[in-house]
Amino acid sequence: MKTIAFASLLIATAIVPAQAQSSPQAGGRYQAVLGDCEGCHTAVGGKPFAGGTVLQTPFGKIAVPNITSDHDTGIGSWTEADFRRALREGESPGGERLYPAMPYPAYAQMSDADVASLWAYMKTVAPVHNAVEPNLLPFPFNIRTLMAGWNWLYFKPAPFAPTAGKSADWNRGAYLVNGPGHCGACHAPKTLLGADRSAALTGASLQGWFAPEITGAKPRGIGNWSAGGIATYLKTGWSSHSVATGPMAEVVERSTSQMTDGDLNAIAVYLKDQPAGADMQPASASLRSDPAMQAGGRLYRDNCATCHGADGKGERLIFPPLAGNAILVQSSAESLTRVVLAGAQAAGTKAAPTAPSMPSYAWKFNDAQVANLLTYIRNNWGNAAQAVSAESVGKIRAGLSGGPSLANKE
Amino acid sequence: MAQLLPHKDVVIMGLGWTGAILAQELTESGLDVVAIERGPWRDTATDFNIGYMPDELRFAIRKELFLQPAQEAMTMRNSVAQTAMPMRDYSSFLPGSGVGGAGVHWNGFNWRFFPNEFQAKTHLTKRYGAKRLNELQLEDWGITYDELEQSYDKFEYVCGTSGKAGNLKGQIIDGGNPFEGPRSREYPLPPLKMPYSSTLFADAAKGLGLHPFPLPASNMSKPYVNSLGVALGECTYCGYCERFGCANYSKAAPQTTILPVLMKKSNFEVRTECEVLKINLRPDGKTAKSVTYIDTAGREYEQPGDIILLCGYGLMNVRMMLLSGIGHAYDPNTGKGTVGRNYCYQTQGSAARLFYEGKHFNPFVASGALSSGLDDFNSDVFDHSALDFVGGANISCGTSNGRPIGNRPTPPGTARWGAQWKKATAETYQNATAIGGQGSSYPTRGNYLDLDPTYKDRHGRSLLRITFDFPDNDLRMSRYISDQLAKIGKAMNPKQMVVSHATKGWNSVPYQTTHNTGGASMGAKPDTSAVNKYLQSWDVSNVFVLGASAFQQNEGRNPTGTVGALAYWAAEAIRDQYLKKPGPLVQA
Repeated sequence: MKTIAFASLLIATAIVPAQAQSSPQAGGRYQAVLGDCEGCHTAVGGKPFAGGTVLQTPFGKIAVPNITSDHDTGIGSWTEADFRRALREGESPGGERLYPAMPYPAYAQMSDADVASLWAYMKTVAPVHNAVEPNLLPFPFNIRTLMAGWNWLYFKPAPFAPTAGKSADWNRGAYLVNGPGHCGACHAPKTLLGADRSAALTGASLQGWFAPEITGAKPRGIGNWSAGGIATYLKTGWSSHSVATGPMAEVVERSTSQMTDGDLNAIAVYLKDQPAGADMQPASASLRSDPAMQAGGRLYRDNCATCHGADGKGERLIFPPLAGNAILVQSSAESLTRVVLAGAQAAGTKAAPTAPSMPSYAWKFNDAQVANLLTYIRNNWGNAAQAVSAESVGKIRAGLSGGPSLANKE
Repeated sequence: MAQLLPHKDVVIMGLGWTGAILAQELTESGLDVVAIERGPWRDTATDFNIGYMPDELRFAIRKELFLQPAQEAMTMRNSVAQTAMPMRDYSSFLPGSGVGGAGVHWNGFNWRFFPNEFQAKTHLTKRYGAKRLNELQLEDWGITYDELEQSYDKFEYVCGTSGKAGNLKGQIIDGGNPFEGPRSREYPLPPLKMPYSSTLFADAAKGLGLHPFPLPASNMSKPYVNSLGVALGECTYCGYCERFGCANYSKAAPQTTILPVLMKKSNFEVRTECEVLKINLRPDGKTAKSVTYIDTAGREYEQPGDIILLCGYGLMNVRMMLLSGIGHAYDPNTGKGTVGRNYCYQTQGSAARLFYEGKHFNPFVASGALSSGLDDFNSDVFDHSALDFVGGANISCGTSNGRPIGNRPTPPGTARWGAQWKKATAETYQNATAIGGQGSSYPTRGNYLDLDPTYKDRHGRSLLRITFDFPDNDLRMSRYISDQLAKIGKAMNPKQMVVSHATKGWNSVPYQTTHNTGGASMGAKPDTSAVNKYLQSWDVSNVFVLGASAFQQNEGRNPTGTVGALAYWAAEAIRDQYLKKPGPLVQA
């Protein structure tokens, strides 16, 4: 046994550097997993890759196209060159510009080998006749040619280049995070025109959620997480620090939970090495005696402690911890507010299938109560972050009305 | 005309405990499974919302989770000489409805039956002679405890059960139930923390030389991750278990144990608010071809399948067999026929209510199965040679709830309303506890289930008719148990004690217990059982009938553990034997 394990270890280490820019699993299905293509291109309850999901962007709605091999409504008539250009340059065969909701600025880094594998796989996807009119944007954003200007401003396509002096894992991680994984699409701050302000994964607001900082920052990023903890989170949706919910739950379910352990470790190694974003204003020292903290504490004990515990530690695989959970101390409390108001469901994966839900409290707490509660959990058990205002809660509540909610049917 | 739907490998009626278990096990084998469930979809965060105050009026009094008589009623009578009348409300027992079934609203008691109870007839005849069993119609189950042990184990580990083993592979363990059958391993979780009442009871019982132990509870004493990887939270002792869904993911239910895995499978589908009307047989009557069901818009569908599993509440399974012509209806006059035979209940009348002064029982610190109990007077643990009955009861004391509407004990002689009642109920709330005997219920020739000749449901189908009264054997048992309760109660030193026992004339109005068993009993012989040892219909070989309907008699403990074990047992037989060679697994 020992000999075999040692031998395979040798082979693994021997292969990794050579493979840093392409993926260890053949067949192209894995490349679709890495790119989380299904995350956008498969609608809830719909056929795989048949499109139809409507993305909410700051500029308006974009419907996701059908990319099955259907000749009329999908990409069945495309050539590999067409596919490569759409994926990496954001231009469809008719010369039409894609919107960067399709993360071609990230996919531009994908290796030729990975794109070829992915194309081979896409050709095997069963054709589904589903005509989708993708462009639901208002004027002037509905003018696709404007994207040429956007591209001129922001799109600097460059194939992935390994960084010398970094490990094979680090470089593989960099490729996955910035290339097919397109983590920055959510986690990197955006310009007014929706481009990544920088490649730094310092957190950003998107679709009503705040995608947290995932740099090596402590405690706001994932600096306190072990590489194994990050890999476990991406594999299962759970770590001892946090749980995936909202859009990240979908990413975990459809993409990262299906990645190889080696790739998850590579992502962890790379992310932990990313420099922290600018320090935010530390919490006020007087916050602990603040009336908001007192009021929030009372609400917490009456409504939250049953599951999350008086000590904020939660319970493994069922109730997320609040103490030391980086989500709680982000510069924005948008995700937290949303979870309290609308409820949320954790990711459900093969390794952690529970997918527990938290109900909506929108009917129960007014804006000031939600603010007090959030201020309390952001500043208790060693957490420290800015207080939350009732006004900011009110804005999010207004944005949620009519949106998805776990409120009781009555 | 019913719309014919595409074929499925397995069609399940009812998505409660047994439906969820069979669906999970058979989808693992790659089969395409559909469950047809009469009630609504229910999940923890939406339907048992932790953000709400637990609502006793909504769930315990108005019974929101239960089957309503407008959907399906039953008729009842005490003997064949009477004319049965419809029960206008479900109240003596409360069948579940909706996804999760009774697994949503149970307390969480998760027992195993004793080994000799599966051979009750043989065992008791050998020990006491056939004459002692004259009034009774006991039969062996065609299965042994040893065969079922691994299935019990599976169910306990899926549920996450808090308890203390008393018999590990034959070795008697201190603190557990010394009379239980051997277990292959310890309970998945340690016992719940015992409340004051249970401690007082256990101390008194030990002083009398008896053997108290913490009752097995599928309420989590610790956070638990079950054998399917599904996590449950630690019980908060809120006391809203029975008649409620657990808001805290702390009570085992299909929702908290199996459905998170099952619902993700592409080869499983549940159709809720769809009611099965009939199982359709092939012309030769030896196999079933499909299930006809109706949705809430009144549209009928015919769902063909290779294997049909009746996983409704036991009473509904029996009715479906009778409505569909699966097997032969039991006739109490001739003793022939098996469907509807050996219907049993539970003999719950034995109780000792204890009243104190200056105590703080804190009954609101509660959990469904939070009890200390003893089996010294249960089943055939004790010698019945000098007695005039067989059977017995588990005797226990605990706090399953201290809810404000339902839990208002008052000493005898208190006014039932007004100022005196208010004063007494305030004084007594902290000062009362009770010891109960959960007694066996043994079959007789005259207790049975059939189709009512007069009353029909909204679809024009005959209602189920229950003909039942407590057998004299069971009433003598109840008196004996009450005598034992009195001895233990006295040792608990109350200021006042009121002892009662079961009496003749089953009354369908006061709540007693939702432990209705039998009617599609399992056995080794087709003339005294409706299904074989694998719960397969003797007559229609691709129909399996799950649930407590398979019991030949009910014993002095809650049936769910045995229901779960039999479900795993049947699933294994289907997977390992039936799929390889469809047809009767036991030759009649």
